[in-house]
Amino acid sequence: MSNMVEIRWHGRGGQGAKTASLLLAEAAFDTGKYVQGFPEYGPERMGAPITAYNRVSDEKITIHSNIYEPDYVVVVDETLVDVVDVTAGLKKEGAILINTSKSPEEIRKKLKGYQGKVYTIDAREISMATLGRYFPNTPMLGAVVKVSGLMEEDTFLKSMEKSFHHKFASKPHVIEPNMQAVKRAWTEVKSA
Amino acid sequence: MAIRDKLSGNEAVAVAMRQINPDVVAAFPITPSTEVPQYFSSFVSNGLVDTEFVAVESEHSAMSACIGAQAAGARTMTATSANGMALMWEMLYIAASCRLPIVMSLVTRALSGPINIHNDHSDAMGARDSGWIQLFGESNQEAYDNVIMAVRIGEHKDVQLPVMNCYDGFITSHAVENIELLEDEKVKAFVGEYKPQHYLLNKDEAIAIGPLDIPSYYFEHKRSQAQGMRNAKKVILEVAEEFEKLTGRKYGLFEEYKMDDAERAIVVLGSTAGTAKFVVDQLRAQGEKVGLVKIRVFRPFPAEELAEALSHCKAIAVMDKSDGFNGKGAPVFNEVRSALYDVENKPAIINYIYGLGGRDVRSTDIEKVYSDLAQIVQTGKAEDPYRYLGVVDANDIDVAAEAAATRE
Repeated sequence: MSNMVEIRWHGRGGQGAKTASLLLAEAAFDTGKYVQGFPEYGPERMGAPITAYNRVSDEKITIHSNIYEPDYVVVVDETLVDVVDVTAGLKKEGAILINTSKSPEEIRKKLKGYQGKVYTIDAREISMATLGRYFPNTPMLGAVVKVSGLMEEDTFLKSMEKSFHHKFASKPHVIEPNMQAVKRAWTEVKSA
Repeated sequence: MAIRDKLSGNEAVAVAMRQINPDVVAAFPITPSTEVPQYFSSFVSNGLVDTEFVAVESEHSAMSACIGAQAAGARTMTATSANGMALMWEMLYIAASCRLPIVMSLVTRALSGPINIHNDHSDAMGARDSGWIQLFGESNQEAYDNVIMAVRIGEHKDVQLPVMNCYDGFITSHAVENIELLEDEKVKAFVGEYKPQHYLLNKDEAIAIGPLDIPSYYFEHKRSQAQGMRNAKKVILEVAEEFEKLTGRKYGLFEEYKMDDAERAIVVLGSTAGTAKFVVDQLRAQGEKVGLVKIRVFRPFPAEELAEALSHCKAIAVMDKSDGFNGKGAPVFNEVRSALYDVENKPAIINYIYGLGGRDVRSTDIEKVYSDLAQIVQTGKAEDPYRYLGVVDANDIDVAAEAAATRE
């Protein structure tokens, strides 16, 4: 299964990392792939570090363990870089994407000598500007799909629009701002 | 044309229940099974089913309500986990002895204590001799397929026993994965209408179900119950054959994965089989003769068939996701080992207790098992067959520190 892409999400309870992993699974599913989206369940509470995972493959996925050697890591909360070993097992051909206003060069200093690519996105700024509230998961989702090259922009945006229409059926006014957040993240993600 | 979808195991089972449209569902919420009655109750509220949904005040009452409903002549379903099923204990035996084909999804979880909400098989294994048929699924697809087949198996006139649809808590119940669903009408046609031979609400036949049974008859009733379990094996295969014609998906008493020329084999139940298949593929690519047997039907236990499938192996590891606490091996191991008693040239056989209380099972854990088996084949010795996989040694002085490191 050499074509399998594995992604690990680090977030804090309440930031929507689990939801983001499920939305990513849904988007990849829409492109005809086999997918897995699952959180690591623990004592869930607001603010506690949580982990979620995605596997995406052209072939049926049978493995059911957590992910220890991810291709990509997404850090939804910058403060986790200091408390969780976010680059543990991360492939050096892969990449880490962090929600921060810092530059990739600056944040790399905290990554224990990780050799691979470092991407940053200011999901807080994007979320506040588009949604007026802090929901970092939507911009992070847009950024990681771009970074991982899992799908084309058009395909991804169409899938997101469909998901948002379903998810926000009772509050349609938030669909467009969420789409804006995804689109901005797609263009604003920075690398080093 | 199958419907391509992506669902969690719990959602898939709830969808199957909607398609089956049982007469009664009685349930009490407990993690990780809660979503099953939760999704299902929304189908009830939205008028997608005409099921009588009974929100009871405990699991003991849930199973009691299921027994009453099924005895009355209603097709009845429920779902639970771990301590929820433990509270049903008394009623599990009564459901089976009254020959009531209730279908219960058991979303497997560690039985307290210590309190733990995560997956292992201690709940299912504790109920293995309660008289219920037990099916184990590896994935959301198998949980969905098994719950549909369970209805037909349990209700068959030669069986008439309750069926447990076991699948792994969180790993299968909560992970979203691809699945192929059947069209509603195909499921309805497959399960058909429930037509019990004897039932309490039949005005033309006044009967009692579950009264006092004196020594002159009790033994004969138990013997008849045991016969239902024996008959189930054939019925399970017949139902699977019919299901295969409908879906193309093949089910047996167990699944043999790359077993044809396998010298070393793992025997396992549930989601770990998927992870083990991943490892078998990798080792096969390196030319190693390894295989896997995934037990789907644990009750009735397919002893002769397993013995046949495993007899050509040199060494076997039986994986138990629960401990036996008999000091001498866990349940699946003891039964597989016993099944091999009549085989000439018995393979070496060892037991691994693994994954208790949600300890993640990595591909490297499975690799270790195959490598341990290689050593047994090489030396011809299987010392200390009662082993643990992925546990921190309690004799280690740094146990606390190591446990903390494992949690990281």
